[in-house]
Amino acid sequence: MLDPVEAITNAFPDAIQDVIEFRGEITLVVDSDRIVSVCRFCRDTKGLEYNFLSDVSGVDYYPQEPRFAVSYHLYSMVHNRSLRLKVYLPSDNPVVSSVTSIYPAANWSEREVYDLFGVYFTDHPDLRRLLMPEGWDGHPLRKDYPLGYETVQFSFNFDEIDRHKPYARE
Amino acid sequence: MTGLQDSVWEGDIQQLKGLVSERALSGETMVLNMGPQHPSTHGVLRLMLELDGEEIVSCVPDIGYLHTGIEKSMESKRYEQAITMTDRMDYLNPMGNNLVYCLAIEKLCELDVPLRAQYLRVLLAELTRINSHLVWLGTHALDIGAMSVFLYCFREREKILDIFEMVSGQRMMSTYFRPGGLWRDVPEEFEPAVRDFIDYFPARIDDYERLLTNNPLWLDRTQGIGFLSAEDAIRLGCTGPVLRGSGVNWDIRKAIPYSSYDHFEFDVPLGTHGDIYDRYLIRIEEMRQSLRIVRQALDNLPKGPVRSNNRKYVPPPRSELGTSMEAVIHHFKLWTEGFRPPKGEVYVRVESPRGELGCYLVSDGSPRPWRVHFRTPSFIHLSALPHIAKGHLIADLVGIIGTIDIVLGDADR
Amino acid sequence: MGLTSKLGDLGVVTVRLEDAVNWARTRAMWPMLFGLACCAIEMMSTQASVYDLSRFGMELMRPSPRQSDLMIVAGRVTRKMAPVLRQLYDQMPEPKWVISMGDCASCGGIFNNYAIVQGVDEIVPVDVYVAGCPPRPEQLIHGIITLHERIKQERITDWA
Repeated sequence: MLDPVEAITNAFPDAIQDVIEFRGEITLVVDSDRIVSVCRFCRDTKGLEYNFLSDVSGVDYYPQEPRFAVSYHLYSMVHNRSLRLKVYLPSDNPVVSSVTSIYPAANWSEREVYDLFGVYFTDHPDLRRLLMPEGWDGHPLRKDYPLGYETVQFSFNFDEIDRHKPYARE
Repeated sequence: MTGLQDSVWEGDIQQLKGLVSERALSGETMVLNMGPQHPSTHGVLRLMLELDGEEIVSCVPDIGYLHTGIEKSMESKRYEQAITMTDRMDYLNPMGNNLVYCLAIEKLCELDVPLRAQYLRVLLAELTRINSHLVWLGTHALDIGAMSVFLYCFREREKILDIFEMVSGQRMMSTYFRPGGLWRDVPEEFEPAVRDFIDYFPARIDDYERLLTNNPLWLDRTQGIGFLSAEDAIRLGCTGPVLRGSGVNWDIRKAIPYSSYDHFEFDVPLGTHGDIYDRYLIRIEEMRQSLRIVRQALDNLPKGPVRSNNRKYVPPPRSELGTSMEAVIHHFKLWTEGFRPPKGEVYVRVESPRGELGCYLVSDGSPRPWRVHFRTPSFIHLSALPHIAKGHLIADLVGIIGTIDIVLGDADR
Repeated sequence: MGLTSKLGDLGVVTVRLEDAVNWARTRAMWPMLFGLACCAIEMMSTQASVYDLSRFGMELMRPSPRQSDLMIVAGRVTRKMAPVLRQLYDQMPEPKWVISMGDCASCGGIFNNYAIVQGVDEIVPVDVYVAGCPPRPEQLIHGIITLHERIKQERITDWA
């Protein structure tokens, strides 16, 4: 059983930007160009064997720069431990390589991140919108996307709201 | 609202290029739409099927018809307010969703949970598991053609819902788990009611098994269908009974025990064939094991408080408000502003009835979560559906959708 | 229900046409099986053993809109689902009624955000709103009986 931080930083000395330990969870901040090779290393190296990808999720750190982050939660069923890889992406060009070829489980998770954050994944087999309808404007989970609050209909504004409901009185 | 007719598809087959095979484009195979309004898709799942006769050549799921924006809404709510949203995500497993979110907050804040609360959480989470499996069994059997199982399952389910209502006041959306423990202690009638249930229920499981397990019709429709190998299951990210049906022994309750699951004795049932029938047997056995856990939790239920004493995160009890100025200040602060967890990010996983339910919580130090993401089992299992369904008859697709036990609220969030 | 008969009239019953039609409509109403979210589970409970909706002649849930006359919108309606819902409503034959079950279908409930239609009455006309998140089966049954009462008030002049 290898120490993941040591093994990965030794193998990729220039790709690991930062190592964070918080509440017993290890986060490796990886250079966005190298994420596929780091993932392959994590999966295939004897002693690491992170064979299971739990989750891929996006974070929007607006208005900080680099604005976007994509977190990969790896888990090793062999050694019963987990690891988080994180890549930071700039706001003007949020593009990262897809890890679908290493972990097929990432397929829909990456599509979801694309749909809700507008982060592009190159070499993804089928990068389409997943949750929102096709042709939806914008990416809802971005921080500059409004929540979309609608005024609630009460007796004092009943008629005003009712005008937005042309189908209600057929 | 404008553009109501927008999504009625009137295009030609060439638009589906890339999604279906070349044979479909030339008209050799048939493209069929299934859902989102279909009795056996367990909600609003839409599938685009390419059929060669009755055989499924490919299957393209389309989800999002129940995308509720829960993650975005949670970002605009305070940590405690957002618990109500988690209930409505996987609506067959509300207590489990509460649990994973509360565990994430507790990990972020290093909040302690009293042992009594942990045991009650385990107890209620296991009752929720039985509850969820009952709905699964009823609807799954109904899809395949066994109507009476549905009626029996829902009869027993009402008893569990009565227990939930007793502790929380709500049948389904209980919001009973809070950061640092539980909303309040269980009432006196709780213990006899649960004891009644655990005495009554084992014979009912035998009843279901008598109806299905050796039923030749059931065997014909389930054995050897929906096969998934162990390697593929891990590769595709399957968890829970789907993974264990393929023979991989991985249960988060055993592997990474949370909420004192390590205090309880239970077995993890495993399958050998990886087909619908094995997963059926596993879920039936899981109900028995859950009963075992419930019994142990009830027998060894410690006395004591059910909520942490950390006044930075947990509001003081009502009795203190009349006597202590400090309690009033804490109360006021917590209900007007909310608590401020430290900056950081955590990922917590629990075993939901469907598989690994993960919560990824990013805090920026403000009273509202910066980002909450749920890794939901139905979502990942649905992405594996094309792989499982390929090559089967269209009639078996109904059984395959049932066996991966999807909840669309869980998949779409 | 206004059924009148003369004693000793050898079973001949006289009744107003609208009463007879309304009686028939309420006693065998076929709801469409249209589950969306959490409320659908409570709708299933309503039909299952303990609450037994078939007491009201409603055990037959039709998966097809063309065979049903009552749509119970059980759950939150998303922007993606809204056109589908409208199409299903248009496919139902007249006369048809809509029950909006639960807070989300009635007014958006706790989900006041970009994805959820704030009340299904933006898309289809609703006859009865059932409050609750989710409503108990008794509440849904009460909503259905309220709809029955309402149908019984309908007059022949309204049908045209």
